[in-house]
Amino acid sequence: MSTLSTAEVDEIAARHVAAFSGSLRHRVTGWLLAAGIVAYLAFAWWFFAIGTVFAGGNWDIAGNYLADWVSYEVRPDVAFGDNHLEISYPRFSPLGDDPQPGWVTTESAEVEVTKAGAGGSGGGMQSSSGSFLGTVGGKPAPTGGADAADAPDGPALPELVREEAVVRAMVEIGAATLDIRPGQVVATRGGDELVLDIRRNESVDAAGPLPAWASQRAPGEKVILRFGFAGRAEIEDDEVKIRHRFWGWENFLFDTRSPFWGKPIGEVMTLVAFGERIDPLMSNAALAWNNVVNNAEWQHGDVWLKLLQTIVMAFAGTVLATALAFPLAFAAARNIMPNRIANQLLKRLFDFLRSVDMLIWALFFTRAFGPGPLAGISAIFFTDTGTFGKLYSETLENIDDKQREGVRSVGASPALVQRYGVVPQILPVFLSQSLYFWESNTRSATIIGAVGAGGIGLKLWEAMRTNQDWENVAYMVVLILIVVFVFDGFSSAIRHRLMGGGLQRG
Amino acid sequence: MISPMRAQKSISMTTTTHFPALSEAGRTVERHWRELAGRRRLHTILGLVLFTVAMGGSLWFANATNAGKFWDRLPHFFDFISMLVPRDGMEVWRALFDLPSPYDDGSLKFNYPEGRVYLTETLYLPEYFYKMIETLNIAAVSTLIGFGAGFCLCFLAAKNLAVNRWLRFFVRRFMEVLRAFPEIVIAGFFLAVFSLGAVPAMLAVTIHTIGALGKMFFEVVENADMRAEEGLRAAGGNWIERVWFSIVPQVMPNFLSYGLLRFEINVRASTIIGAVGGGGIGEALRLSISRGHEAKTLAIVLLLFTTIVAVDQFSAWLRKRIVGAQAFDFGRGG
Repeated sequence: MSTLSTAEVDEIAARHVAAFSGSLRHRVTGWLLAAGIVAYLAFAWWFFAIGTVFAGGNWDIAGNYLADWVSYEVRPDVAFGDNHLEISYPRFSPLGDDPQPGWVTTESAEVEVTKAGAGGSGGGMQSSSGSFLGTVGGKPAPTGGADAADAPDGPALPELVREEAVVRAMVEIGAATLDIRPGQVVATRGGDELVLDIRRNESVDAAGPLPAWASQRAPGEKVILRFGFAGRAEIEDDEVKIRHRFWGWENFLFDTRSPFWGKPIGEVMTLVAFGERIDPLMSNAALAWNNVVNNAEWQHGDVWLKLLQTIVMAFAGTVLATALAFPLAFAAARNIMPNRIANQLLKRLFDFLRSVDMLIWALFFTRAFGPGPLAGISAIFFTDTGTFGKLYSETLENIDDKQREGVRSVGASPALVQRYGVVPQILPVFLSQSLYFWESNTRSATIIGAVGAGGIGLKLWEAMRTNQDWENVAYMVVLILIVVFVFDGFSSAIRHRLMGGGLQRG
Repeated sequence: MISPMRAQKSISMTTTTHFPALSEAGRTVERHWRELAGRRRLHTILGLVLFTVAMGGSLWFANATNAGKFWDRLPHFFDFISMLVPRDGMEVWRALFDLPSPYDDGSLKFNYPEGRVYLTETLYLPEYFYKMIETLNIAAVSTLIGFGAGFCLCFLAAKNLAVNRWLRFFVRRFMEVLRAFPEIVIAGFFLAVFSLGAVPAMLAVTIHTIGALGKMFFEVVENADMRAEEGLRAAGGNWIERVWFSIVPQVMPNFLSYGLLRFEINVRASTIIGAVGGGGIGEALRLSISRGHEAKTLAIVLLLFTTIVAVDQFSAWLRKRIVGAQAFDFGRGG
């Protein structure tokens, strides 16, 4: 065998440039294709106004939403009174009805407090900041519901009362601290200190230049302090809104109404196992289970029910589709049913069922059966009957004819020919295809659920629409991922057994 | 697979009686075989019972938790279909092509011409065609971007092009998560960020496509013939040169075929995502069904059906041209 040196190769290449550089068409096609794709993407950029959409996106909120997936906020409001502070928490605070978090420390003193009426001496927790807003200029405050109930006869008169009230609040948010006093807020973070003078209901003014973590739109307006993940604070002229963020899913097992709420896991275990009955009607274990299932924030019971619906939709839909497509496929296969018209009719039916999208079926059946898993089952059933029919009949048309001939040669009836000559060949393939679609249907069932076909999709969609419950979304996503992965593994294990570890995708 | 055994067994049962007693070894063999067959039958029966229970339970559960009950609703099933019949056959075409309707009473039901999208003074695109094009574009852009990203990632995930074990592990898990993450959540998240529109749908479909195509791609790469790669390695090619000149030409037809298949799936997916707020034809369909606009619904269904059939046919034809008769004609799927 003769060997060419590099120089000789170069020489040959130089003599036959055309042969080595390829045809013009060959060289240009790639570049034209690339240019076409770039042009198309540019068109799409314009068509969907992607630049504008991205620029107009609420990126601040996006960060918050993402953080909500794995963390929660506690939101105390500190309202400024004449000479004291009023700390309040929203009604469904994750810390329960009477939160005393360790990161808020207060100093109290006896001060003169303007009260709306003699009856309205409720603690800071009940009276909202609204009652303080109303006292400007010594006018009677528009009393809230709680006060009205206490003093039902006639409008209450303002009154000066001497009582213990909070005069200073120290709030720690991560590495930062807020020192709140009536008329002044001092924020410290790292080495920076920011002193804000507050003229109640008039203005917020910084004593010095604002550090990087503080912002104010215009002098006198509210100041927003950002402490990264730990939270933020808005200092307004009448109150300080604090958002302190913590890792984790709050009250995941027991909500704040539960007697087990806030207890360490060991104590709950002890209570469940040996403790005296909290509710005389049921054992502690039943009570605990009840509280978990009916957790108001996480709605475990409902979520599990909806997840089960989704699983059932995928399972029942796939099974029914398999059951119907199996006999139909025999009639649709050219080599099994010699009737051309029946073949064509069935194949067009399969195409129709498959091409009318699952979405359309889902919307139709939601109208017909009302929202719920029946609609989902029917949608999957219809679509997949088409898909399976097509796949099965194609498999049938590719079978090995020798087995059938063998069975026929011993005088078996046509039904027995199919039973012993065809089914053993195709059953593993059919089952494998159905299993593959079962796992993919579990995913589809989630999506069509959102248009009303039942299951976790709708619940997921509702949780997302409120923009408040991203942690619930995360919880459901985790559940869905677990289900999908488990089914994935399960179905591919069976498929491997059926197909002898060979062909994977049917 | 089981019954032939059983048939065989019944034959042997009847025949053994005519034969003289078996030897010790023969009896052992027969006993073992009977036990095996019995166990097999037991498993079959158990499996069937389990399956029936699961199926019956599923259907009962689905019926019990549905808003309308199956047997109550079934007689009214066709009422709903009769609600889909438009006033006259021409209404569907009027709705489809945005022609003025003689029944126009100013309501949303018959305001077909209002949806026209004018390209020039007189030439317009009917509303639903425009929305269909929007949906098709969502699918096309997602498929293109997903194809590009999946292409870049798949070589890092393939075992035979081992880059770094940890990198491979990471890329594979990454693609798995992209694939398994429910599209609807991604769409919902971006809908919250961008407000309504096609971009959230596009992002959701793209993210899923990257994962799905990436997985199929690396499986193709792992089945590639490595001799070309060895040749390039012997000639001192670096990793990129080896991949580009030895693997890519082999796998490109399969990649393109999978890409086209994914495009078919994405047309459907973007319709569905559209129905939950992503714009396009899906949203139009959901609105018209829930408002009971029969002519509009039929027009959209007709358009959607035709488009999907056309896309499927076109893609099947192209795939056949690219990879020959063994085109992967495999409906849809994850």
